[in-house]
Amino acid sequence: MRDLRIGIDEAFRNFTRAYGETLEQLFHPIQLLLNFIEGMLIDSSWVIVLVALAGLVWLLSRNLKIVAGTIVALLLIGYFGMWEDTMRTIAMVSVCTLIAVVIGIPVGILMARSDRANATITPLLDMMQTMPSFVYLIPVVMIFGLGKVPGVIAVVIYAVPPIIRLTNLGIRQVPADVLEAAEAFGSSGRQKLMDVQLPLALPTIMAGVNQTIMMSLAMVVVASMIGVRGLGQPVLQAINNQYFTLGVMNGLAIVAIAIIFDRATQAYGKRLQKHLEAVHG
Amino acid sequence: MAEATHDIEIRNLYKIFGPNAAKHVESVRNGMTKEELKAQHNHVLGLDDINLTIPAGKIQVVMGLSGSGKSTLIRHINRLIDPTAGELLFDGQDIAKMSETELREFRRQRTGMVFQKFALFPHWTVLENTTYGLNVRGVSRREAEERARRWISRVGLDGFEESYPNQLSGGMQQRVGLARALTNDAEILLMDEAFSALDPLIRTDMQSVLLDLQSELKKTIVFITHDLDEALRLGERIAILRDGKIIQQGTGEQIVLRPKDDYIASFVRDVRRGHVISVRTIMRKGARAETPVTLPATTLLEEAARAMTNAEVLRANIQGLDGQHLGMVTLSKCVAEMIAPDDSEDVDPEAQVA
Repeated sequence: MRDLRIGIDEAFRNFTRAYGETLEQLFHPIQLLLNFIEGMLIDSSWVIVLVALAGLVWLLSRNLKIVAGTIVALLLIGYFGMWEDTMRTIAMVSVCTLIAVVIGIPVGILMARSDRANATITPLLDMMQTMPSFVYLIPVVMIFGLGKVPGVIAVVIYAVPPIIRLTNLGIRQVPADVLEAAEAFGSSGRQKLMDVQLPLALPTIMAGVNQTIMMSLAMVVVASMIGVRGLGQPVLQAINNQYFTLGVMNGLAIVAIAIIFDRATQAYGKRLQKHLEAVHG
Repeated sequence: MAEATHDIEIRNLYKIFGPNAAKHVESVRNGMTKEELKAQHNHVLGLDDINLTIPAGKIQVVMGLSGSGKSTLIRHINRLIDPTAGELLFDGQDIAKMSETELREFRRQRTGMVFQKFALFPHWTVLENTTYGLNVRGVSRREAEERARRWISRVGLDGFEESYPNQLSGGMQQRVGLARALTNDAEILLMDEAFSALDPLIRTDMQSVLLDLQSELKKTIVFITHDLDEALRLGERIAILRDGKIIQQGTGEQIVLRPKDDYIASFVRDVRRGHVISVRTIMRKGARAETPVTLPATTLLEEAARAMTNAEVLRANIQGLDGQHLGMVTLSKCVAEMIAPDDSEDVDPEAQVA
């Protein structure tokens, strides 16, 4: 047993030595993207960033109340000196969500189309969601060292399952008779997917995106342990030194971002369903 | 406009549901029943040796109760369901043997379909729903919309182009379904219990819409229903399906007058016979009466009786389309035929219970 453990550890260490460099190169674009967004958010004047974020929230939600809440929350964050950390966290969460969507939607589609893929991937997703994140942080850190990229990878592993699951569910829930109609009119598989399945699954997929955002925010503190800067770091510091106020303030900032993201994406998801609202009396 | 020119010929069609369907066709051909197949092999016999010629440009009704296989049958015509054995011939091709691409092309160019539960695309407006068939084919958006608007207007939905399906009542939704199928401009129109989900008044209304359109379009329409009145009203030909077998086919009149077995007899018992049977079938051929009333051969019994009563006579002469004399009917014969023929239904139901 002990030999086995040593053997695997040794093999993995060799693997890291041999391929660590290549893998790091492979994931370098993520680092660039993250740096770019982070730079944009931090280096621009805070007024421009504030207006841009408020505008984005307006585009998604078309709801003045949510926009007003966003502005107030961001102003408070700025006033309490957490602006830079907040921007870092927003950049991190955006990149993670983007990657999760790019990976999650195709995988979800694959699972919806093939029962075998569904049966294979589901347990994998269960594992990703229940495995304590520190466990898979070990190999990630061994390969990539400390920094942003391992942080992103760890967050994505944790946050990608809901969007995969809900894409799968959304497509499977498309009514069979509507699908049959599409088929009767001679749609190809691709036409069925693009015209019928994805649009009808979109509200469910949006719920998945929402979940993914929430879960990546939840990982921010854990990610700070492997060197991801942002709101997580002061929280970690507060835990170590028992700075209650510091912890609460940064914690509340995380909550504020979470609420903004959540309300904006949910309102967007609801707007997508406008065809379901006006029901014939 | 694609006017129908080709019959659809269904030959020895079998459908067995189950993992080893093909293996069991032979035993079904040799007389294994639906029950035996289910009990011994756990396979379901959907269609059992269907032979049916659906005439071009006519309305063919397929009637049966739920579980009789009628929806399965109509789905073979555009192969939403694959047959286990048999042929479906149309325009020199066997639909059952078409490749995926051929089949897609066939569905796009030659068929339109209307569904029982409408099956509209809920995320699209009426106009977008109606253009779907043309979009799939790659017709330009402008042309598709122009053609779709014409059909939306034909089914009486002017002004609803931008509505979403669930803003419309059931009847209006099915008009959209009809417009969507017609916009395809195909010669085959498949209607799977298209009006069954509508309430009676709207159903009659939609039947009129369909008959009106058909008098002009002359498509080959396959219409599935479980409602005999609907079958008799729409069907130029009717096939009655039970347990996956066609047990009788013919015109409505033939089926009402000469039901092949007790099952069909029990169906047609409650039909308004005077509404279905024409004087031609009950007239005394060659006979001539001294009467001022002369009726065309296709007059229905009810109308004939009314004409004779109004004229206060007891007899009427019958003439053919070209005006030549064919025979005569009496009022009493008309009335007698309108009343269902004597059979066991007169037996006191109490006595049967005892």
